[in-house]
Amino acid sequence: MSVYFTEDHEWVRVEGDVGTVGITDYAQEQLGDVVYVEVPEVGKTVAKGDEAGVVESVKAASEVYAPVSGEIVEVNEGLADAPAKVNESAEADGWFMKLRLTDTSELGGLMDADAYKAFVEAQ
Amino acid sequence: MNDQSESQSDQPILRTPLYERHVALGARMVPFAGYDMPVQYADGIIAEHTWTRQKAGLFDVSHMGQAWLTGTDHASVAAALETLVPGEIAALKPGAIRYTQFLTDDGGIIDDLMVTRTASDGRLYLVVNASRKDVDYAHMRDRLPAAVTLEPIEDRALIALQGPAAEAVMARHCPDAAALSFMTATESRFDDIAIHISRSGYTGEDGFEISVAADEAVALWDRLAGADEVAPVGLGARDSLRLEAGLCLYGHDIDETTSPVEAALTWSIGKRRRTEGGFPGFDRVRSELAGGPSRRRVGIRPDGRAPAREGTEIVSDGVAVGTITSGGFGPTVGGPVAMGYVEIDKAAEGTPLDLMVRGKAQPARVARLPFVTQRYKR
Repeated sequence: MSVYFTEDHEWVRVEGDVGTVGITDYAQEQLGDVVYVEVPEVGKTVAKGDEAGVVESVKAASEVYAPVSGEIVEVNEGLADAPAKVNESAEADGWFMKLRLTDTSELGGLMDADAYKAFVEAQ
Repeated sequence: MNDQSESQSDQPILRTPLYERHVALGARMVPFAGYDMPVQYADGIIAEHTWTRQKAGLFDVSHMGQAWLTGTDHASVAAALETLVPGEIAALKPGAIRYTQFLTDDGGIIDDLMVTRTASDGRLYLVVNASRKDVDYAHMRDRLPAAVTLEPIEDRALIALQGPAAEAVMARHCPDAAALSFMTATESRFDDIAIHISRSGYTGEDGFEISVAADEAVALWDRLAGADEVAPVGLGARDSLRLEAGLCLYGHDIDETTSPVEAALTWSIGKRRRTEGGFPGFDRVRSELAGGPSRRRVGIRPDGRAPAREGTEIVSDGVAVGTITSGGFGPTVGGPVAMGYVEIDKAAEGTPLDLMVRGKAQPARVARLPFVTQRYKR
């Protein structure tokens, strides 16, 4: 199991050919109180970099991009009623979607935890 | 993830006298109207919003423009200002505050402002929006007679204390404060600190706005912040509080294209002035008062959970009928709230509308403003 990070502050945790996607703890901290989350429909196919969801704080709306290409196989329905879960547990219970990867080589272009930490510190 | 909310400016950024306090309190600072201002402190916008509704929030609003407008006596300075605004200024009693707007010759809103008749005869105290200071001051200098002097106040801070506990907190340091009713003001002292205190605000709650010499602002802030009922509140919650209270934000809900009648600010136009006129844009205001405006600012509640932000198109049966001018999440309402302009035949409370959010029509209804009960001390 490996976790990868994007420069847009998404994470993807890969188990087999399924990746679980969310926004990072740094991202939720920057957003502030999350009040609304939109997740894609199960069965939808997304390409790396596509808009796959929306996260809204009191102040602003932000897109969540697909960190890798794939088919959406599950979404976190619980976030609709409890969007604050993204603040409380961004990198675990606050996950957005699971997708079946179509091209695992895309993972090579993402950051590992140490590289992401350095990336955030340089922001 | 991509945050769309950041804005940039090429101007050098200004600081209020309380800048160091905000940083020490762990505020997230953002540029706003040329100032480096706290958007939120450590607890976050929802907690600060709720605290203000339940106890008392402390706001640095020193970026706003304070100014004296002075003439030989009240009648002359009021008559001069009335040539620029539709509010009733002449009849103000000493200590009374009026909300009004500078209007263009076409009846658009240059800015909205608070006007106080001070105890000193011939002297008005003005508070204008930070983003419009320069425009307002140039406008007044251009239009007012030479016998009236505009003096921007650059050496005073402005601190707001808002919420149901504000009166009790103020009463411990300034008994005069508790005796003020809504929209009145007085010179007084907070302990040993000279202040100009107004019972007014921008949250829908009871509260005060306190003008204080810049070099005493930190001392005043610290004494207020030291009270158990008080917590600092940033611009983020200030925006959600005023939105729930149905109050306009200049440059968003009102601007030079919107008239006070369209903006549902008719209540602020003096009765005498509706017939006498004598202010810029009177023709438009009179015609809109008589025949109704073609569009009006209304409250809008989305049926679902998705907030509708500023700029969102409002449609009815697939036809565009207006635009959202302020929108977001209302922590006290517990859901999305918005304001916007709609064609007049869609402005009745309860009218169903659709909001085009990310290309999808989200059902909504015209709602009564304010979204929360105003708790002013009359």
